[in-house]
Amino acid sequence: MDSLRRPFGHFENVHKLFKRPGQTPLVAIDTVSFDLQAGQLISLLGPSGCGKTTFLRIAAGLIAKTSGIVEINDNEVERPQPDFGMVFQQPNLMPWRTVLKNVLFPIEIQGDAQGAASGRAMELLSLVGLSGFEHAYPAQLSGGMQQRVALCRALVNQPKLLLMDEPFGALDELTRMEMQDLLLDIRAKTSATVMLVTHSMSEAVYLSDKVAVFSPRPAKIADFIAVDLPYPRRPETRYAPEFTALEHRAGRALGITR
Amino acid sequence: MNSENLGRLIYPLLGVAVIVAIWQLYTSWSGISPLVLPSPLEIASVSVKRYDLLLQQTWPTLIETVLGFALALLIGIPLAVFVANSRLCNLVLYPILVATQSIPKVAIAPIILVWFGLGISSKLALAFLVAFFPIVVDTATGLKATPTGLLDLAHALCASPRQVFFKVQIPAALPFIFAGSKVAITLAVIGAVIGEFVGSVTGLGNLVLSANSQLDGPLAWAALVWLSVLGILLFAAVALAERLMMPWEHAGQN
Repeated sequence: MDSLRRPFGHFENVHKLFKRPGQTPLVAIDTVSFDLQAGQLISLLGPSGCGKTTFLRIAAGLIAKTSGIVEINDNEVERPQPDFGMVFQQPNLMPWRTVLKNVLFPIEIQGDAQGAASGRAMELLSLVGLSGFEHAYPAQLSGGMQQRVALCRALVNQPKLLLMDEPFGALDELTRMEMQDLLLDIRAKTSATVMLVTHSMSEAVYLSDKVAVFSPRPAKIADFIAVDLPYPRRPETRYAPEFTALEHRAGRALGITR
Repeated sequence: MNSENLGRLIYPLLGVAVIVAIWQLYTSWSGISPLVLPSPLEIASVSVKRYDLLLQQTWPTLIETVLGFALALLIGIPLAVFVANSRLCNLVLYPILVATQSIPKVAIAPIILVWFGLGISSKLALAFLVAFFPIVVDTATGLKATPTGLLDLAHALCASPRQVFFKVQIPAALPFIFAGSKVAITLAVIGAVIGEFVGSVTGLGNLVLSANSQLDGPLAWAALVWLSVLGILLFAAVALAERLMMPWEHAGQN
């Protein structure tokens, strides 16, 4: 049945060229095509500088593609979309706003009613374990807590698509594993569609339904891996032979293992 | 009051006390004329005895300083917005700003006096002239230093340019605006006094001049002390405004 429906996200021959004054243009993305089904979590895995972040920013409408098709939710994406949520590598919280006001920032920008959103913001904060910190300032929180606030902010307007750019890259390993479980938990509760950029093979396999492995620049899809490990996934999943096999396959696509 | 706050109060006072004590000892032992250097006790006693006159002369200086400073904010901040947001404005205005700033204010004070007369407006103009440069430079720096991550976020949320300006750029620039304002308010006092020195009939600067010409050393020094206290209080007022407007800067760390 699924194959008859149009996919939620459709990327076809996406190509990106950066013009550089006085130099030959830089081809960031050669050609990337894949489909994204609603409710799926897809990871874009690749070495640093390979163009995966550029691809995510094109999908977010933050930068323009040079050619190709980027269709999400039946819209050609050419500019930022109000029904997308975005999480960056840095929390990017506003130091002058309290935690709650930071989470409500998208609502304020879009001019929606604060009342109902405020209740939702409190729910999200309790979901990520930050109840009681609503009126704290970001500087009073640890890095992991700040990134959890950023996650709540991205989810507060119930986005159709959650875009995450190496969201846990700046965190220490234990906090990162905690955040990965938190993301899976939230995703199970909100059934959000998620596209996540990472350079960690284990993170990609642990979180995703699908892993799009990017080649070094100019980016192509080196491998498109369906991760058929059942959800909910637990930290023990990381030691299952199927998990290791998938990690190994991702490593081969990256040219790290043979 | 915890011990750290107590220390922040005691150590500066201790420094002042030591200098005043040495000064007092020197004047009483050396027998130096009070016209040349009055003792701290003499200055203190004049400050108290003639406090009517001193207070009366403080008002004009205070008003000139505060109005000049307010005008500097009113003109300086919008100017900084143009300089920060438009490359053309930056190229056209910045050299002019720097050029006007490098003219010694003492040297143009007589001209200002010719333009604006002996009244309050010439002092206000001088206070404005010295105060507005740090405000423009710091505000423009602050506006340009808005973290790109926050601009990205606002862009991704489809924020309008107006929203970006008021909800992101201005709050992000506030620490810079206050840093410039603290420099500006102390400079504004100096600007007002320069104006009073060059031509006036009132103000603490005028009192210093007239007391000096009447060989009343202690009164001239008392006026100087009042001037510096005025400067300190105005600086403290700006610092207090900063604290109230930026509560996040002083919220306890985790």
